[in-house]
Amino acid sequence: MNGADAIVKCLEMENTEFVFGYPGVAICPFYNSILNSNIKTVLVRHEQHAGHAASGYARLTGKVGVVAVTSGPGATNVITGIATAYADSIPLVVITGQVDSRLMGSDVFQEADISGACESFVKYSYIVRNAEDIPHIVKEAFYIAGTGRKGPVLIDFPIDIQNQKVNKFEYPDSVSMASYKPTVKGNIKQIDKVVRELRKAKRPLICTGGGAHLSGAANVIRAFAEKHRIPVVSTMMGLGTMPSEHPMFFGMVGNNGQAYGNRAMNQADMILMAGARVADRSIARPDEISTNKILVHIDVDPAEIGKNAGPTIPLVGDLKNVFTELDKEDIRPATQEWLDCLAGYRKEAEEAKKAKADLVITPGTVDPTHFIHALSDAMDKNAVYVADVGQNQLWSCANCIIRDGRFFTTGGMGCMGYSVPAAMGAKLAEPDRQVVAVCGDGAFQMCMMELGTMRQYHVPVKIAVIRNNVLGLVRQYQHFTYKDRFSVIDLSGSPELESIAAAYGMKFLHLNDEEKMEETIKAFLENDESVLLQCDVDPNEVA
Amino acid sequence: MKRIYNVLVKNQSGVLCKVSGLFWRRCFNIDSLAVGETEDNAISNMTIVSTGDDHTQEQIEKQLNKKIDVIKVKTFDEKEAVCRELMLIKVKYTRDNRRDIIDNCAVMNATIIDMGNNMMTIQICDTPERCQIFLDSINHIKIVEITRSGTVALTKCREGIK
Repeated sequence: MNGADAIVKCLEMENTEFVFGYPGVAICPFYNSILNSNIKTVLVRHEQHAGHAASGYARLTGKVGVVAVTSGPGATNVITGIATAYADSIPLVVITGQVDSRLMGSDVFQEADISGACESFVKYSYIVRNAEDIPHIVKEAFYIAGTGRKGPVLIDFPIDIQNQKVNKFEYPDSVSMASYKPTVKGNIKQIDKVVRELRKAKRPLICTGGGAHLSGAANVIRAFAEKHRIPVVSTMMGLGTMPSEHPMFFGMVGNNGQAYGNRAMNQADMILMAGARVADRSIARPDEISTNKILVHIDVDPAEIGKNAGPTIPLVGDLKNVFTELDKEDIRPATQEWLDCLAGYRKEAEEAKKAKADLVITPGTVDPTHFIHALSDAMDKNAVYVADVGQNQLWSCANCIIRDGRFFTTGGMGCMGYSVPAAMGAKLAEPDRQVVAVCGDGAFQMCMMELGTMRQYHVPVKIAVIRNNVLGLVRQYQHFTYKDRFSVIDLSGSPELESIAAAYGMKFLHLNDEEKMEETIKAFLENDESVLLQCDVDPNEVA
Repeated sequence: MKRIYNVLVKNQSGVLCKVSGLFWRRCFNIDSLAVGETEDNAISNMTIVSTGDDHTQEQIEKQLNKKIDVIKVKTFDEKEAVCRELMLIKVKYTRDNRRDIIDNCAVMNATIIDMGNNMMTIQICDTPERCQIFLDSINHIKIVEITRSGTVALTKCREGIK
């Protein structure tokens, strides 16, 4: 057994199903060893997408996604994937090949100081100096990535160590690290305080963030909210904690959220901020959020509590654990009046939206909000919707109907080109589930090479490209901020998507007429096959 | 506001870079940083002095605790600790000011540890404040080189003594 065999054996011990990556000489011993394993490999077309694909896989399965790429440019290309996973707290183990350890530091061919370069984007990183250390390094790496506040862990693996003989292989049963013991259980005294305040609250509100999904707490929070009659709003990353049409769900908050969600945040007298960073896009003035209300901040990462907003009651712990504990108490504050008030705000907003629906639509285009609403309405109940970044993301957040399915997007890093590879990772994780990626024509061109990967591995993801031939969100920003002084947003050289679909052997659909929306969406979603749908929208549409 | 952080870290390569990188990335200020092994050679002690408001101080402690190579963080005020800094100063002397320098050293408990024809190296090991006073007292003399260890600190043995 050599070091590469050992690391593959470790991945098997961790029940790794897929390795997303791209080989090169410095990682070849690993890719040679993996041939002897049942672990499936997926050759992506760019290392960045290996990170995103592993992210989609990890988000759907709750397991740690695994990536393996080569040294130098392979490693630097994966940085954006790692940074995206870090910002969104997605558990990944990223293995990078490295030059011979005896040559490290001498700038040899394809050498990059990847652990140094990634330091601020990883939860932890290792350089393997001795093949005998592999079992405990990999065990720790998976443990660190998948516990506490989840995130990516890097293992830099010099080629000579991959080839080094391993005399003894023993995979540890458990991990004990003096310097890493995440607090999972909420402090009982703090929980008591929350219960006491909740009982008195007249206008309580739960705001869920990405942590709700990461801790697998969505069902627990939903049941808690229903039982105790407490309304719920979400940040972008928290969408899907509650079904969109749930009577006690009041939309997404923040500068891209629903006005009625923000009104709920402003008027609440107590907010349970659950697994959310209280970041600038969700809360306009984080420093002022607790001025007229009791703010309970629940997070598994103590450093998030008090970072952007000073909470009245800090509560460190895993959301599933904390809400299970809270649910044991008889709280049930009198909230009927508050729920009625919020329902009124929502009704007002929906009526305003209906009024907008009657506006004239530019011929040859469709209204993107209508499209996303109709698309998500027609999707399977448990489908996975992956939104990219840009206007498509904002339209998706505001109009996508989530029932028992999942909604993925990169709310933390906002990395264009996320949707197709992440959808691919999700579809590989659960082939029987409907997976739809929605992106703009800018983001699509950042990841369209992955159509090759989809074709090669038979991953039938549905892709809807909202096309306006511009970088829509930047254009929108320039429209408002620079009074239509548009700069570097024209995408007019883009390829014919029909030809792209044909080149990859995909079915192609084109939607540019509202009248044909229903039938086009039906054709898009029928059968479990890859389809590329081009949906033309007016570049003047704002999100 | 000045705050001292005693940070116990794993004694392995890259840790200093990770900790100093954290200060850089989070825009925290480092006034001084001193590192050395503890009684356990697998563990090093970093003494970091930083200036910042209450919010920054809280974040420094939390972000340090988040680092997996950080074993323990202890934070305290200067008043709650005994603090020392070692400073070596190489100065040019002349027949005229030689006596003056020696007198200054005697007053401030500094010692002359090396001497040449026209240069001498002075050592002072004292509180950061007294080190600065000494430096100010010889500012009329030509300083050739200076090196400072950064503050090292331990909390006072008797609690509550400030």
